[in-house]
Amino acid sequence: MAIEVYRIDDRLIHGQVVVGWAQPLELEFIVLVDDEVAASAWEQDLYRMGVPCEMRVFFESVESALTRLPEYQQMTQPGLLLTGDTETMRALVERGAAIPRVNIGGVHHRAERVPRLRYVFLTPEEEADLLAILARGVEVTAQDLPAATLVPLADVLSGHGE
Amino acid sequence: MSDGPRAIVAAHGNLAAGLVSAVACIAGDAAAARLLPLSNATLGGAELAEALRQAVLSAGAQVVFTDLPAGSCTIAARRVARDVPGLAVVCGANLPLLLSFAVASHKSAATLSEAVDKARAAMLVAGEAANGD
Repeated sequence: MAIEVYRIDDRLIHGQVVVGWAQPLELEFIVLVDDEVAASAWEQDLYRMGVPCEMRVFFESVESALTRLPEYQQMTQPGLLLTGDTETMRALVERGAAIPRVNIGGVHHRAERVPRLRYVFLTPEEEADLLAILARGVEVTAQDLPAATLVPLADVLSGHGE
Repeated sequence: MSDGPRAIVAAHGNLAAGLVSAVACIAGDAAAARLLPLSNATLGGAELAEALRQAVLSAGAQVVFTDLPAGSCTIAARRVARDVPGLAVVCGANLPLLLSFAVASHKSAATLSEAVDKARAAMLVAGEAANGD
């Protein structure tokens, strides 16, 4: 499959994605799935800025991503699919997207979230989203950068990931 | 905080605090007091934008310096700049850039452009490698 990484990251496109993952994996495109960003030219310009010109960025809503995902998965270049939250990734998986594994890359501190890893803080609803994805046979692990330790979801939720 | 233009330095990890500390060492505490460091550590995109917005408003900052063009700090700064008239965002901050800004008596577009020019000029390859050997 051309999409090497399916990542949940509430910063969306940022340094870890563009430098930390894209350079060692030689990624050539990013598919950003977010209904709000997909509906706003300003948001798209914001995220496109700073991405190297040789890297393509595609903006999709959940609906359009479900239609176009097979095309992205058949591209000859390696790429990364990105959602900003667990709910969006769960929607993709439960609505039939062929996603083999999910990378929890960054869900950061917020008042109602419980710390699980240095870069993962989750609400009960977000934990339920991740467990629902796992229940569909998808491998769910946390890993902020390629060289970091891969932490299985069970260890993330038990607080024994670090 | 001292008189003169004020700025937020927003960066990854401890970089912003380190840069401001270095400005204090070189140009003095009064110059460094124009710069308020902010780290993106543990903050999601929305939380970082809100923290930056609060920092800009409370400091009366006219400029946000960020480290990486595609980084979360720059994304957040551009969001804030959309709502704060006159707020400038300068990416790729380094020590020469911050020193130029911190010792300038007035902030203007020309001052910022000059500071960026100096920062660019300060980057060079020294020694034999400069000849491509």
